[in-house]
Amino acid sequence: MSPEPGADALTCRDLIDFLRAYLDGELPPELRQRFEDHVDACPPCLHYLDSYRETVSLCAEAFDACVPDCAVPDEVPEELVRAVLASRPPRS
Amino acid sequence: MADPAGDEERALLAALRAGDDGAYERLVREHAPRMLAVARRLLGDGEHARDAVQEAFGSAFRAIGSFAGQARLSTWLHRIVVNAALMKLRTRRRKPEQPLDDLLPQFEPDGHRRDAGAPWQPAERLERRELRKLVRDGIERLPEAHRTVLVLRDIEELDTAEVAELLGVSTGVVKTRLHRARQALRTLLDPHLRAGGG
Repeated sequence: MSPEPGADALTCRDLIDFLRAYLDGELPPELRQRFEDHVDACPPCLHYLDSYRETVSLCAEAFDACVPDCAVPDEVPEELVRAVLASRPPRS
Repeated sequence: MADPAGDEERALLAALRAGDDGAYERLVREHAPRMLAVARRLLGDGEHARDAVQEAFGSAFRAIGSFAGQARLSTWLHRIVVNAALMKLRTRRRKPEQPLDDLLPQFEPDGHRRDAGAPWQPAERLERRELRKLVRDGIERLPEAHRTVLVLRDIEELDTAEVAELLGVSTGVVKTRLHRARQALRTLLDPHLRAGGG
């Protein structure tokens, strides 16, 4: 379920710990290489990496204002608009 | 070069500062829907979200005279409503939450993974509309502290330093919460999206 461990090979747990930093480009080159070596040799971690990326992308899409069932309402309740306008400061 | 959006916004700002009723109404009708959506993402679809929008506009009206116009009005209002929603989050009673650790990957003592996992095939398994609902429901199930960071970073697209400042925590805490929130959401989505699953 994971690559044959070498002296400095990462475990699956290490990979999860470093995953966000890897995607954000925060890993130093040597650690990045070890991360990629592990992913190349470990299909479960490859699946995990792909599905983690997909999760991030689905989050953005779930609330995308450009899709028909998006969470941005076409209009707000009239009662709220009235309450907001009523709260504006008086003209000076 | 002409900047029609900028010219229009400058005219609106001038009208607001002059106390023009129509300008206030236009500002509210134009920006309230998006502000309500932001508040709902952080507070859920209830009176707290509506209150946050009302309070955000109250803050904006008080500050409109000092708004320098360096950012777009929409960006400025976004920041204000996020702040208002976070204030509400701090003061409201929390609902019972599922422990996040239950949703994180499990490992053998030697660090190997317990679950071999499977690739995802979301496009084949679900309609996009259904998928978006699944993701929104999953986010709603996350513990509040983690959901807040996920919403601010991955949906509202604030950067780590901004989120840390808004929440009064270190950037390291933001990064850790974000990573754990994404992992937990991935676990919630996994049964629906893995190839051959569901």
